Amino acid sequence: MLTYLRKRIISSALPLVVVVVGVFALARMTGNPASLYLPLNATDAMRADFIAKNGLDQPVLVQMADYFGGLLRLDFGTSLRTGEDAAAMALRAFPATLQLAAMTMVIAIVLAIIVGSAAALKPNGVLDRFASFVSMAAASIPDFWLAIVGIWVFAIYLGWLPTSGVMGAAAWVLPVATLVMRPFGALVQVIRGAMVTSLSEPYIKLARSKGATEYRVVTGHALRNAAAPALTVAGDLTVGLINGAVVVETIFGWPGIGKLMIDSILQRDFAVLQACVLLTALAIFVLNIVIDVGYALLDPRVRPTAGARARSKARAIAPGPDSTTPGGPAVPAAAGANA
Amino acid sequence: MTQTLNAPKLRDRGPRPQKARLGGPSMFRMLLRDKFASVGALVLGLVVLVAIFGPALMGELATKQNLMFMNKAPFDPANGWAYVLGSDSLGRSVLARLVVATRTTLMVAVPAVLVALLIGSLWGVWAGYHRGRRENISMRIADIIMSFPSLLLAVVVLYVFSPSVANIVLILAVTRIPIYMRTARAESAELQSRTFVDAARTFGTRPNSIIAMHVIPVVTPTLLTLATLEFCYVMLAESSLSFLGIGIQPPDVSWGLMVAQGRQYLQTAWWLSILPGLAIVITAIAANLLAAWLRIATDPAQRWRLTLERPAKKALKTAAKEAK
Amino acid sequence: MMEVLDPQTREAATAEAVLAVTGLDVDIRTPTGTVRVVGNVSFTAYQGQTLALLGESGCGKSMTAKAIAGLLDPVASVAGGTVRLEGRDLNAMTPRQRREVAGPGLGIVFQDALTALNPVYTVGSQLGEAFRIHRGMNKKQARAQAIELMRRVGIPEPEVRVSAYPHQFSGGMRQRILIAMAVALGPRLLIADEPTTALDVTVQAQIMALLRRLREEEDMAVVLITHDLAVVAEEADDVCIMYAGNVVESGPVATVFSSPTHPYTKGLLESVPTHARRGDDLSSIPGSPPELKSIPSGCVYQDRCPMAAAICRQERPELRPTGANQFSACHFSESLRAGATATPAADSVASPETPSTLQEETR
Repeated sequence: MLTYLRKRIISSALPLVVVVVGVFALARMTGNPASLYLPLNATDAMRADFIAKNGLDQPVLVQMADYFGGLLRLDFGTSLRTGEDAAAMALRAFPATLQLAAMTMVIAIVLAIIVGSAAALKPNGVLDRFASFVSMAAASIPDFWLAIVGIWVFAIYLGWLPTSGVMGAAAWVLPVATLVMRPFGALVQVIRGAMVTSLSEPYIKLARSKGATEYRVVTGHALRNAAAPALTVAGDLTVGLINGAVVVETIFGWPGIGKLMIDSILQRDFAVLQACVLLTALAIFVLNIVIDVGYALLDPRVRPTAGARARSKARAIAPGPDSTTPGGPAVPAAAGANA
Repeated sequence: MTQTLNAPKLRDRGPRPQKARLGGPSMFRMLLRDKFASVGALVLGLVVLVAIFGPALMGELATKQNLMFMNKAPFDPANGWAYVLGSDSLGRSVLARLVVATRTTLMVAVPAVLVALLIGSLWGVWAGYHRGRRENISMRIADIIMSFPSLLLAVVVLYVFSPSVANIVLILAVTRIPIYMRTARAESAELQSRTFVDAARTFGTRPNSIIAMHVIPVVTPTLLTLATLEFCYVMLAESSLSFLGIGIQPPDVSWGLMVAQGRQYLQTAWWLSILPGLAIVITAIAANLLAAWLRIATDPAQRWRLTLERPAKKALKTAAKEAK
Repeated sequence: MMEVLDPQTREAATAEAVLAVTGLDVDIRTPTGTVRVVGNVSFTAYQGQTLALLGESGCGKSMTAKAIAGLLDPVASVAGGTVRLEGRDLNAMTPRQRREVAGPGLGIVFQDALTALNPVYTVGSQLGEAFRIHRGMNKKQARAQAIELMRRVGIPEPEVRVSAYPHQFSGGMRQRILIAMAVALGPRLLIADEPTTALDVTVQAQIMALLRRLREEEDMAVVLITHDLAVVAEEADDVCIMYAGNVVESGPVATVFSSPTHPYTKGLLESVPTHARRGDDLSSIPGSPPELKSIPSGCVYQDRCPMAAAICRQERPELRPTGANQFSACHFSESLRAGATATPAADSVASPETPSTLQEETR
């Protein structure tokens, strides 16, 4: 398991580095922040002073080296806008995004499991049609429009919910409802598909032949097998939420990392942007590892080292009758592992 | 061709030789069999027609300001046909602006999809056919593009090279290339081990000819289905960018931008942002319906569903009901 | 071996009928209409004995087994007939009653153990599941039972391997686990659906020996589904030969194999290459089984039968007695019987040197 983890960590660290370096280089290409932060009538001397103070007169490579050197000292730079520590700003915004993502995913997963399983049990039934309708809607409705419709109906017309902010439970309803749509639509299809597949597997018949109740067959056997593929998709969707809740955060004035990121892009606040990107990239990196571990826990067939250990243990013990039969070819237990 | 693959399967079915015509029933007849897909195709056709001819007819109306006619509500016959969908804060006709925005929206989405489809598919087919290092490097590139925050990429490009339609197309195409690459590579890698490709290779056919003659025709239906879905995605992406203010820039107008501009009038003039959004949703659903049909119609194993006569379909339904 | 084959030692009079199938019909719904895949199948399985359902793939033997066990796919359904397990009609039971029978009353061994075992659970928890469902045991007790079962079916180091997953076992070991699961609750009837098809020849023999041993220990009735003539000759007491969803001949193995009274049975036995010398042509039945959608009216075998006559096209022959416990569905079984004793292939099949199988169609 540890070797496996180490491999996964190394292979997913490469995109992490590429993203951080790439963002650094790309951000420098968006233009000079001096024109944005100095008054219009600023003299050339003031301009040069500003540029030198922020190290912007150095070649990009030198700036990058400075930046990474700073990272090692846990110095993430300061915001051009507020003069505050960039890391502190990013860390302050991050929990809001994480809470929103967690809430959304929990609701989406629970709903998708219920609706997806029910749809798989009765293909073409009412719930199946509902599930495919929602999936299609989720792929067709832009989230910013859904958010605006939500505000129009529930906040303006009915006046039940606030239009923005984070205070109180009511403020959560619209952002979560808007965000839930896409993960729910995707997950319900994945779970339905995986359930249809696993329900047609022979092990379902075996469970029934033991007299298992329908509930036990569906939850204990079919759903348990559908869990691993669903987890992978849920992971990707969570990454999407952490990365790109920008639109919803902007509309609802949610003080999350997406809003901070887009603000710092528009205002060329490089240090804050980089801190945001670094933080989300790290979070996604950790999330991916957690999902890999979870996948291995859910599906014993992908635990390479654990399997190898059991196999070598199996080989060490007395050979079974399969292999002791005179003239019979030995069938090593490992042969089955590849099948 | 797909025909090459289907022909033996159809022949295996034995009786009903009249159905063994190469390629099966015509695509048009299969489209008519699916009500939802027919509606989807109709809507998309209409959208394309509006994009082509609409601006010529209503372009002037879209920019004509009429300060006496500010924020008129839609569906009020008293205002005349031009204002059937209401007017905005400058008294411009929402209908005319929607028509003009249709062209902008399609001018971004269609080329972006085509460019990504062309580059991604060819690259993927090539990588899948040759396997080995060429495949590995190509796929790593795809992974990196996919792991990059595409919003950030968009902002950077649109700042460095000014937010023009061409640049938006470029950025949307580049970020979607990996999608086609992955699918094309998987299919092509699977195909290159098949017997008919082996046979072509034994005759000394050059790789590029084999790709053109044997691989591309087989993977085309899948990729076209994917492209229809991607049209939907790209259209949503463009509208998101425009909504955030880093996509289409005024005085140009796209559906996404109209939603953004209308947002501040949500309290007083809901139609300014709700109606353009509705246009996006309807077009996207039409594309989705068509893609769902296309997936079945181009799959030899599932195509029979669309060739069933109505009575047979009914019988199938009643049989399913009895089963319950 | 000999006493199994000898019809005289059969205790048919005292042996209790465990499973009685009469007139079983199974239909499958397809887009183009309903197809009868099993038609009017009847047979009886006795305590302590093995009944073989023999036939080519697609002849409906597996479907028959699934119908008995109540495990038909949703598109298939029992359209008629009764299935009595120790006198109780399984088809008339509520789902709840059926679940109570599944396990203690009836166990089933599937063909492919790798797909039949749930990949995400240890074999121990899957073996123990039956005890937890029917005996209300807790995990620890069920695990102890699982270890005991694994020991019984000859899996070494069961205390260690009880925590292993199915993919960590060899094919033969997996099949043993599957068998252990089927006999866990001491069922009266064991259905073995091609239990050795996916296995190496040497492992096949061990699995058959295990099934025989368990049958004797538990005094169960065994319904063995197979396409292997040699397995039937060695293991079964009675045989029921199926063709295109219908039983064409049934009776004690020794009688049926020595004097077949149906041309299909005769054709099968003649296609076994026991007497073949180099240069001899192997005999085979010309043609292939009819598609289930287009089974002819009249006799199901008419298209391939060397004896087919006008009556075979018009009237489907009923199963009728042709000897002691022997039944045949052929209009001309009497004339076959008259010539049967002289058939040279018959006695040799009873102890074949080489295992032979029916021609399996490619799937």
